[in-house]
Amino acid sequence: MGFKTFPGGVHPHDSKEYSKNKPVEILPLPIKVVIPLSQHIGALSKPIVKVGDEVLNGQKIAESSGFVSIPMHASISGKVTGIDKFNHPTGIISMAIEITGDEQDDRIELTDEINYLELPVDEMKNRISEAGICGMGGAGFPTHVKLSPAAEKPIDTIILNGVECEPYLTADYRIMMEQPDDIINGLKIFMKIINAKKGIIGIEANKPDAIKLMKNKLKKESDLEVIGLKLKYPQGAEKQLIYAATNRKVPNKGGLPMDVGVIVQNVGTAIAVYEAVRYKKPLIERVITVSGKIVRNPKNIKARIGTFFSDLLEFCDGTTEDIGKIISGGPMMGFAIPSLETPMTKGCSGLLLFNKKEGHKEDESVCLRCGRCVDVCPMDLVPSLIAHNVKHEDWILVEKFGVMDCMKCGSCSYVCPSHIKLIQWINIGKLKINELQKK
Amino acid sequence: MSDVYAVSAAPHIKQNISVSSVMWQVVLALTPALLVGIFFFGIQSFLLTLYGVVAAIVTEALIQRLRKVPVTISDGSAVVTGILVAFNINSAAPWWLPVIGSVFAIAIGKQIFGGLGFNIFNPALLGRAFLVASWPTLMTAGWKSTTPVALFKSSINGLVNLPSNVPAVVTSATPLGVVKALRDTTQISSDMAETVMNNLTSMDTLQNLFWGNIGGVIGEVSAAALLLGAAYLAWKHIIEWRIPISYIATVFILTYIFGGINGLFSASIMLPFFHIFSGGLILGAFFMATDMVTSPVTKKGRIIFGMGCGILTVVIRLAGGYPEGVSYSILLMNITVPLIDRYTIPRIFGEVRK
Repeated sequence: MGFKTFPGGVHPHDSKEYSKNKPVEILPLPIKVVIPLSQHIGALSKPIVKVGDEVLNGQKIAESSGFVSIPMHASISGKVTGIDKFNHPTGIISMAIEITGDEQDDRIELTDEINYLELPVDEMKNRISEAGICGMGGAGFPTHVKLSPAAEKPIDTIILNGVECEPYLTADYRIMMEQPDDIINGLKIFMKIINAKKGIIGIEANKPDAIKLMKNKLKKESDLEVIGLKLKYPQGAEKQLIYAATNRKVPNKGGLPMDVGVIVQNVGTAIAVYEAVRYKKPLIERVITVSGKIVRNPKNIKARIGTFFSDLLEFCDGTTEDIGKIISGGPMMGFAIPSLETPMTKGCSGLLLFNKKEGHKEDESVCLRCGRCVDVCPMDLVPSLIAHNVKHEDWILVEKFGVMDCMKCGSCSYVCPSHIKLIQWINIGKLKINELQKK
Repeated sequence: MSDVYAVSAAPHIKQNISVSSVMWQVVLALTPALLVGIFFFGIQSFLLTLYGVVAAIVTEALIQRLRKVPVTISDGSAVVTGILVAFNINSAAPWWLPVIGSVFAIAIGKQIFGGLGFNIFNPALLGRAFLVASWPTLMTAGWKSTTPVALFKSSINGLVNLPSNVPAVVTSATPLGVVKALRDTTQISSDMAETVMNNLTSMDTLQNLFWGNIGGVIGEVSAAALLLGAAYLAWKHIIEWRIPISYIATVFILTYIFGGINGLFSASIMLPFFHIFSGGLILGAFFMATDMVTSPVTKKGRIIFGMGCGILTVVIRLAGGYPEGVSYSILLMNITVPLIDRYTIPRIFGEVRK
């Protein structure tokens, strides 16, 4: 079987051995959850409850505040005990709703639409948007927005992203192994909504059993296909995945997958969409990988949105050594956060714990101009040149050399022998250019 | 309030590589060539290399102290420079030759520009150029072989038995010196020149060139040992194929076209191989042109750089005043690097063709 890929990229050790053979376990009901009002790209959700209100599991507690926004739902039953600023898994502090549980877990009523594929497209999209679904791979783009491409941009292909190229993470792998039918049903809903002819599930070569399982499931489906992808980071980046699977290049300078007739959705999102369309179930839980060398019992856990990382770690029996770094997400693009008293959101695919030695702390030394960053950049940028110009605050050149096309995959920082924090410099460049463009 | 942990920007994992690991691996890759040098030219080659290395380290440390910047001699970059300077010297040279070469290379070639990462020229080559300009006879004469055992039948030495109208200089020079002598002299009949050329491009000569049983400077004699080191660096992704391959391919093509003594395309297909394995081409292409600091960062730029080095090398070898042109061609191309980089910024992934 030939595996497909993209030019550039790096080969970090995949570190998935800690958790890949651990079936998903369900976390016991947490006593308290904190639901951030920003779990997605777009406008903050607007709270529609107040402190003291009783809420049911699945009840809407915040509504979307525009088209590019999503509603939030209570993930346990209990009482609203605070609407305030809380830690956020991207390392910031943001507004959130705190719910203290009553241990009853009383749910809102769900339906079961057996012929869900016969529903009108508008009703499907409405259910997805009402369920508060955003991309569950990390970026968190509201799903109903992604499913509303401009009319002049016909979509012929839906790609489900089961690549999971970030080291350590195995949540997507586990759901592919354990809920393959739900994923395929989700894919069919996407294709129905978009009227796409072709559905592709992209899976990386280090998950051969998932590739085999999906291939068997799709044997009789002529319009659905599994594509095996080479083990290389960032194989799961949207543009790189599209290129590997369809040989199409998404235009730079803000081009979107829809410009080349493709929509990419995460496999976890597919399950959420299936459950939303069939059962009207809001997105109140997801699978997250808790891993790291020092985690006593690494696991894949299905947990309620808003569960504290400290609860997740406790469920994994804590750590064997002192914690040096807490990472929400994967090690390449995830966020180092200051505290375990941070709630997980809809986009949280992993919680990693590093000891005091792991994670690099070396000082930057001077650039050797070795060009390794150029060799690995999947966007064909010259990262060293952008970083150099950021340091010299030459914003015209920073923009000219394509800082806005960087997706911050981290490959350049990963290979730099001088330990230059290229992504950090590039990020400063991005923020500055954004600021200048607003003026 | 729970514990607060340190935060940092992603990525949180890092390839196990640093400037010093790169440099020390280059040192390791140069070791086979040094061993072959010791084998053919005796322990003197090792001592000269040692003098060069010590001088480079001391110079670097002194200047960094004077500049009040951190002393970074443990990163191995001065060691690499010292070795490469000594590799460009023949084993019969006096002890102070590599010392002066290394001092010049580090002081003028590197530290004066601000140290590692800022130098324009390859420091070792600049050191060599300084020595060639200052002590031309010491640098280019007196090749000798102290091979303890005659491992290979040397066809260069076989030239001694040629008729007496072949100038004596031809017999004692390096292979490339022979080519230049043939070009410069009018005393040799064209028949004789052809015999010499055939001799030079014979399988015997090529084998000696490849293994190192020839006259030359310490580091350049054995293509085999250098290629072994280069293969290691390529395997470790420390050097990249574009510069050496485009360099060598250019030399191959141009010497095939222009290298013959009877006009265009008159050379045998063996001649390009002769040019590749003789002189400093293998050393230059894999260890000097690939110097990270003084070569382009862009992929296209590296190919242009390699081709430029190849063109200049062939021009010097076939038409210039020196028998060998590798070091000057690399130095000349070093100057063009900022320009090359500027005009070869890659097209961004997904950028629309204009």
